[in-house]
Amino acid sequence: MSMPWRNMVIGAMILGLFSVVGTGLVALTYEGTMERIAENERQALLRSLHQIISPEAHDNDIYADLITVHNKALLGSRDGVNIYRARMSGQPVAAVIASAAPDGYNGTIKLLVGINYDGTLAGVRVINHHETPGLGDGIEAERSDWVQGFNGRSLLNPESAGWKVKKDGGQFDQFTGATITPRAVVKAVYNTLRYYQQHREALFADGVEVENE
Amino acid sequence: MSEISYQQISRDGFWTNNVALVQILGLCPLLAVTSTAINGLGLGLATILVLVCSNVTVSLIRNFVRPEIRIPVFVLVIASFVTAVELAMNAFFHDLYKVLGIFIPLIVTNCAILGRAEAFASKNPVGKSFVDGLTMGLGFAVILVILGAMRELIGFGTLFAQAHMMFGEAARWITITVFEDYKGFLLAILPPGAFIGLGLLIAVKNLIDQRAPKTVNQENPTLQTAEAEG
Repeated sequence: MSMPWRNMVIGAMILGLFSVVGTGLVALTYEGTMERIAENERQALLRSLHQIISPEAHDNDIYADLITVHNKALLGSRDGVNIYRARMSGQPVAAVIASAAPDGYNGTIKLLVGINYDGTLAGVRVINHHETPGLGDGIEAERSDWVQGFNGRSLLNPESAGWKVKKDGGQFDQFTGATITPRAVVKAVYNTLRYYQQHREALFADGVEVENE
Repeated sequence: MSEISYQQISRDGFWTNNVALVQILGLCPLLAVTSTAINGLGLGLATILVLVCSNVTVSLIRNFVRPEIRIPVFVLVIASFVTAVELAMNAFFHDLYKVLGIFIPLIVTNCAILGRAEAFASKNPVGKSFVDGLTMGLGFAVILVILGAMRELIGFGTLFAQAHMMFGEAARWITITVFEDYKGFLLAILPPGAFIGLGLLIAVKNLIDQRAPKTVNQENPTLQTAEAEG
């Protein structure tokens, strides 16, 4: 074999060796942490769910009792949206819909919208957003109580014309210097409520796939 | 360069050749995550871990890897460690991991790490490379925490908010609300605040250097020039 070929082969073999060792390290770490990461994500989601629906209000495994639906127009996400169902002695109590506001100031705002069986809001939480710190992040429950303003609201309270921020003639506050963020959240919550109204019975049916666009 | 002392290595890492203040490397994570002190601390610790692991590994293999393929090998080593650290953080500091988000994987692209592998670890024994990684990493982490604390104090009026994300619920008491009913100062939290803050820190460092008696920088002139180019 001529020299350049020899060098190429040796170089490739050393690189290959390091790829194998490096991938091995990552694979081992993944194996070692996989379960804990899954458990962390479960716990984090459960914590958020239980801020909306108190643990005493249901007796089913709310994390496992979920269905996935698709409705980009009302739920704001092209991907499947998870809906967690809370039941007490088999009777539906509430649904928590992981919908999204696609039109935030800096992209999508991910929400959990908890709706009691009768159609009133049990609570809303913001799970993930990229809004401006100090302006738009008032939608976080930790930063301000703005999001508590949704509690007890429904499609009839206020009527559809009121489901806007005050600047647009509605009933919900905006923040100083940030109108786009609360506007997006109000609209997303309203749309989620409309979705719920249209599909309530199907959502609580056992293991039925709800497909609609 | 082989006879460089541990003392000199530490002094370089912390002060004379500080990654953030003198080499100005790793600006992307530095400016992006330092909106609070705890965020800075989290990223700082992750960076130290990666830097120490990569320096030691690169030093161990320095006589075995041919020069022409050393860069891809270094990148492989660093990327593997970063991915492992990312998974470990997700497992053990889940909330902090969610806040730091994209910036943990981006440690791969922190020039400081590849820079130390190339400029130091590939030419020095394991012990010295370990100390170099540790002190360079600490020097970087300290600046992350100071900058984070500055921006948090001015921006939110608190210090060490959300400490519980890192140390568990028991650590909530660490959080200090310095100004009650503080309205916040947005500029400090936004990216411009990070640039201004870092600029001030560099200025302070230069001021201290100017006032100090000139002994430190003369000791090892060759190293100084070499680092300045790297």
